[in-house]
Amino acid sequence: MNASSYANAHQPRTEQIILFRVSGQIFAISSASVQEVRSVDNIAGMAQDLPESTIRKVRHSIRRGDRTLYIVNAALHFGLSPQPASLVFFLRRTRTALLIDGIEKMTTMSRLQALSLAFQGDERNWYRGLTSLDQTVIPVVKPEGFLSLEELTLLEAAQLAADTRLISVDTSGAHVQ
Amino acid sequence: MTPAPAPVSATAPESTQSFVLLRLGERRFAVPASQIAELVAPSRVFRFPHKSPDVEGVVLRRGRMIPLCDIADRLNGKKLATRRFFLLATRRFGAQLDWIAIPVSGECELITTDMMEAGSNDSPHVAGWLSHRGEVIEVLRLAVLTPGPLDHGALSQSAELLEARS
Repeated sequence: MNASSYANAHQPRTEQIILFRVSGQIFAISSASVQEVRSVDNIAGMAQDLPESTIRKVRHSIRRGDRTLYIVNAALHFGLSPQPASLVFFLRRTRTALLIDGIEKMTTMSRLQALSLAFQGDERNWYRGLTSLDQTVIPVVKPEGFLSLEELTLLEAAQLAADTRLISVDTSGAHVQ
Repeated sequence: MTPAPAPVSATAPESTQSFVLLRLGERRFAVPASQIAELVAPSRVFRFPHKSPDVEGVVLRRGRMIPLCDIADRLNGKKLATRRFFLLATRRFGAQLDWIAIPVSGECELITTDMMEAGSNDSPHVAGWLSHRGEVIEVLRLAVLTPGPLDHGALSQSAELLEARS
């Protein structure tokens, strides 16, 4: 092993993260899992209502190419009191667009501690683990944990109902003309 | 408060080992010293959203994030009014060692004595009984008393017993 490979092997593995705010609480997400950040105002015209959604945290969807993403209110997902969201994270390799209050900063974490076994609730799906930055503990979210398979199935049904309604409105409009 | 006499038979097996005596309100309890890492001054409790009601938050100690769990509520029926220290302990779930921080209301004491193992009528969180200065003290099984994986319950009990005997 030469000197540089020895040094590389002994450097702590780091990961670039984004610290973001939801109802006053700070969370972290791997920057690699955020495909795009947009302002809420920016996507307002593109979002589609899902009136038949039974998932409280999802009220809208948005088309991105050939895919439908569901807009998840992060505050409701974590059981926090919702505040007006200002940004949306489009999460890579998921069907989630996440409504958040704002970004704190981008930084690097060098250690991710798995969630203690004392935590046995939904948080095991919500978080990859905990990290400590500047003597503060921050939960690191799991991008795929915002929507379960069951929730996605329900949302697909709500999306289908919304699409059907849209088609029937268009069709009746054509008759009037 | 006078503790009830230990409901163990005269033939109950005994084992000599070290225990940490901890105070939770009016009562004292014991935990095998092998499971205790440190006794520290109360520090900031970091809270974040979760659905584990018995966990209050986490404390940061030497870079380790340790969940905080007030066991006084389960043992005495009320949470501690004053927290003098956090007792940092470990629990074993199968092969996995997991840390927990427990608020205590007074000084802790290290003793070496015989433990009478719990009988079949004792609560699952009781690993055994100690007699110390005229007081009968419950030895706690932390893996049962504090939140953890449900399916590991039996495993952790046997692991703790093995640890207590060694």
